[in-house]
Amino acid sequence: MLPAGEHDVRATVAIAVSAVSFIASLPLRPWLGYAPAMARRSFLQWPVVRQLSTGDLLGRGPAVTSPQTRAITPRTATADRVVQSVCPYCAVGCGQRVYVKDEKVVQIEGDPDSPISRGRLCPKGSASEQLVNSPGRQTGVLYRAPRSTEWQHLDLATAIEMVADRFVDTRRRTWQQEDEKGRLLRRTMGIASLGGATLDNEENYLIKKLFTAAGAVQIENQARI
Amino acid sequence: MANADCIIIQGSNMAECHPVGYQWVAEAKARGAKVIHVDPRFTRTSAVADKHIPIRAGSDVVLLGALINYVITHDLWFKEYVSAYTNAATLVHADYRDAEDLGGLFSGFDPGTGAYDTASWAYAEQGGGTIQEPAGDSEHGAHASARAAGHQFGSGGPPLEHAQVQRDDTLQDPRTVFQILKRHYARYTPEMVQDMCGIGVTDFEYLARAITENSGRERTTCFAYAVGWTQHSLGTQFIRSAAILQLLLGNVGRPGSGIMALRGHASIQGSTDIPTLFNLLPGYLPMPSAGRHDTLTEYLESIASKKQKGYWTDADSYTVSLLKAWWGDAARAENDWAYDYLPRLTGAHGTYETVMGMLEDKVEGYFLLGQNPAVGSSNGRMQRLGMSHLKWLVVRDLNLIESATWWKDGPEIESGELRTEDIETEVFFLPAATHVEKAGSFTQTQRLLQWRHKAVAPPGECQSELEFFFKLGQRIREKLAGSDDERDRPLLDLTWDYPTDEHGDPDAQAVLAEINGRHLNGPDAGKPLSAYTELRADGSTSAGCWIYTGVYAGGINHAANRKPGQEQGPAASEWGWAWPANRRILYNRASADPAGKPWSERKKYIWWDQEQGRWVGDDVPDFPVDRAPGSQPDPDLGGAAALGGDDPFIMQADGKGWLFAPKGLMDGPLPTHYEAQESPVANALYPQQQSPARLVFPRADNLSAPSAGTSGADVYPYVFTTYRLTEHHTAGGMSRWLPYLSELQPEMFCEVSPELAAERGLEPYGWATIISARSAIEAKVLVTERMTPLAVGGHTVHQIGLPYHWGAGSNAVVSGDAANDLLGVTLDPNVQIQESKVASCDIRPGRRPRGEELLALVAEYQARAGVTLETGNRAVTDPTAEGIEPGPGEDGRAAGGSR
Repeated sequence: MLPAGEHDVRATVAIAVSAVSFIASLPLRPWLGYAPAMARRSFLQWPVVRQLSTGDLLGRGPAVTSPQTRAITPRTATADRVVQSVCPYCAVGCGQRVYVKDEKVVQIEGDPDSPISRGRLCPKGSASEQLVNSPGRQTGVLYRAPRSTEWQHLDLATAIEMVADRFVDTRRRTWQQEDEKGRLLRRTMGIASLGGATLDNEENYLIKKLFTAAGAVQIENQARI
Repeated sequence: MANADCIIIQGSNMAECHPVGYQWVAEAKARGAKVIHVDPRFTRTSAVADKHIPIRAGSDVVLLGALINYVITHDLWFKEYVSAYTNAATLVHADYRDAEDLGGLFSGFDPGTGAYDTASWAYAEQGGGTIQEPAGDSEHGAHASARAAGHQFGSGGPPLEHAQVQRDDTLQDPRTVFQILKRHYARYTPEMVQDMCGIGVTDFEYLARAITENSGRERTTCFAYAVGWTQHSLGTQFIRSAAILQLLLGNVGRPGSGIMALRGHASIQGSTDIPTLFNLLPGYLPMPSAGRHDTLTEYLESIASKKQKGYWTDADSYTVSLLKAWWGDAARAENDWAYDYLPRLTGAHGTYETVMGMLEDKVEGYFLLGQNPAVGSSNGRMQRLGMSHLKWLVVRDLNLIESATWWKDGPEIESGELRTEDIETEVFFLPAATHVEKAGSFTQTQRLLQWRHKAVAPPGECQSELEFFFKLGQRIREKLAGSDDERDRPLLDLTWDYPTDEHGDPDAQAVLAEINGRHLNGPDAGKPLSAYTELRADGSTSAGCWIYTGVYAGGINHAANRKPGQEQGPAASEWGWAWPANRRILYNRASADPAGKPWSERKKYIWWDQEQGRWVGDDVPDFPVDRAPGSQPDPDLGGAAALGGDDPFIMQADGKGWLFAPKGLMDGPLPTHYEAQESPVANALYPQQQSPARLVFPRADNLSAPSAGTSGADVYPYVFTTYRLTEHHTAGGMSRWLPYLSELQPEMFCEVSPELAAERGLEPYGWATIISARSAIEAKVLVTERMTPLAVGGHTVHQIGLPYHWGAGSNAVVSGDAANDLLGVTLDPNVQIQESKVASCDIRPGRRPRGEELLALVAEYQARAGVTLETGNRAVTDPTAEGIEPGPGEDGRAAGGSR
């Protein structure tokens, strides 16, 4: 884990720019019609002077920051802690930094330390805070009874108990001990599973281990698809 | 990829689908590398490449075969590399007949089963015999295909009885692999590419020159692909063609070389290594099959012979250690380490066969774990109707995906085929934890394991799979406790005692430690293993996945290694942990010449240090570290000890890269062009239209459109292909519920060329209905020059692009018709992956009809095309032209070439 705020101190400004690009980047709008609105400002408030006086040579930092922006603190700075993680979408494996405040995820950013992603995230990775905090996310167990037209709520322990009952029952009823030639099969074709490519190695390991011990062989994931 | 001098992206839209990974392509380009994108569509990858070459979907083997031919005929292959490191010089048995001789079939085709007997493809043995697989006769292709045996080679090649091959180092013998290769691709010419792929000769020359000028001692070319290559009825052979080309050019095992598989899910590599797949056990060990693997001895003999070369000869150690990890003290020498606790396969039990089993009421219960087949699998209607036959369904996901709600708001409710009140299926929706609400490791696309720390607790009743399955296992074991039924022993004897936190949740790191493995007795008992070479077959070690052994070496979770990239060298070996042995480039001994010197200073990576008597360099050497370059040990030693100093391919039974695959493939030892299951183009290379060994499912709910040359082909005249967008993720379960992403890509659409729009009267931003032999969907029309009509076989082929992220339901922020509903199920025989990148359709303006009228529209098209169960489903297109039935005046000697 990294201390909060480390992310910010890493931001450094490259000063080694050519004179040409430096001049081209200056917001010299006071001479280009933007000046009247600024007429009452003193010379010292001219952006170009601010850029030179604050060392913000590219005009992308404090020289051009509005009072409103100055009053805002990024969530990354006020987080209680930062946790290293990995993006859950594609298989590039971009590094993420998860910012947590009051036990809630408040922001997810790219991890500049990652030699794979060097701090970058794509639109999906950048949106992953919303994956966690999405307003539409289901956080309760739902159950649909046979022929029912609606969901009902179940508590988690009851649901696991019901699934375990059905698992044991189906396994017993659909058990195949041997094939027609008397060769060992030791399995059920009554239970199947699909999924795993979005899950952790440790999770896939327990899934494969439990299902195989139970004799369920129709265990598949996206890698087949 | 950043080290490549030329990058060919084919079968992938990398800049949009792996945008952050693409920075390394951009970096290579900034350093002068040439980047070429070969794809049916012009995409953002094309926009930032040096060149885009539009190709007809499904014709990739013609293009790659022509590149192989170009390299051979222009004498541009990397001679020292090919001669020393590949099987170019190896002799194939005289019984072998090539597809060139038999009208598109190889020897051994059995029209009865629609599969190959692969025996005649074998290497020649001294004295006139053949080198077969170790367990007696070669397995018939139909059986091997059913257990998707090709998948087993995820970490190494197929087995051989021994490695005493015959060689002709002059490469002149007509039976050498090199000469066979040369003959096989002789008709794959630039003109054939023009005719079949729609790629002009100038573009072909540009591509061929870019690749060959950037290969050799000083330079390397890299290929990148994604499911644009895998999702075909011959997808394995697409990748094989690239592998042959790369081996010929010396582009394997070197910096900036290779073939990069760009995988699409965070841990899809991990879920193949530790497989939630029917045909595999962890570490690419096969699931046992009845009749083939009835005893442990039979099982082990089939994986590898002790007389072949390389590290697969230690499969007994890997297997016994796995059984010890799962069944602990119950796995003993006298019960063959509890081998009989493993259930057996009797055929294909893949996800599509399982769904067909549901429709026959053979499957009662189904778990969906972060997967949305109602939208994401081919032939969506079959998926949803299959689920309606279940007794119980458990959906574990973050959101109420369509696979959880089809009984309420699915397309079959709308069409009237299903009525909610009649559906007996019980549905449990169990909310899942997100990636930040649990600790664990993902394995990304370059085999790198990266640990995620838990940031917060899951909300409400959300649970990780780790917690759910641990608790489900506990409850099942409690219910069976005291059972004296022998069938319950594997569950009751299972090691299932992970340390838990205060909430009873298992410690993921303890699971990783079990996967890594430990010493079980002796002075080190209980200590973690540090390398898979420490595994033993005598029960003294355990390991849940042998290729991951070392990730927990020294009791340290190396997947959590996080030395910042900027403080490390290019291999960044202290960030995460790559299997095997934290090695970043596989087969890297090939980065040095046969004498052990780097091929060039520029491409230096691993080399032999004479003074130290060791292989050294920038990575963990993928070779016995003290095996001198000139070593020629007796091949009969078997295993790693038999590897010669010039055998870089240490997981191959003969230590060589396979240009020709004598074993392991179900549909031919060399990639051969066949048309897709549905195609408006006739195969110009052979009378055989489709891959003869493809797996077809002739069913009323899985009809195929007629192909070129048969009546009714003009009813579905266009080709469609499916793809992803940057802003969505597969079937949408992790993106269509997010307001940000839904706003960025709100609506299902189709991409059509201005020419096709004019031909069919499609209005920009209006609606279109797309009709296949299975279904019809609607989409908004995007008329764009990104789609190029191609001149193929004397007429114009129009291709339609369809993103597949949307599904019909009412819970997501955005919904729409699912492209996968249009697709049928036809599978690659090696790995049982469906052909979803190319199929036939019609398109017309306007929205699709609703209710029963939709079914009537699909039926009307089927009737007009004269589609029956036989359409497109014959294995052999023209038996008289293909050596299956003797033609007039022939004696049929070559009939199938079988012995």
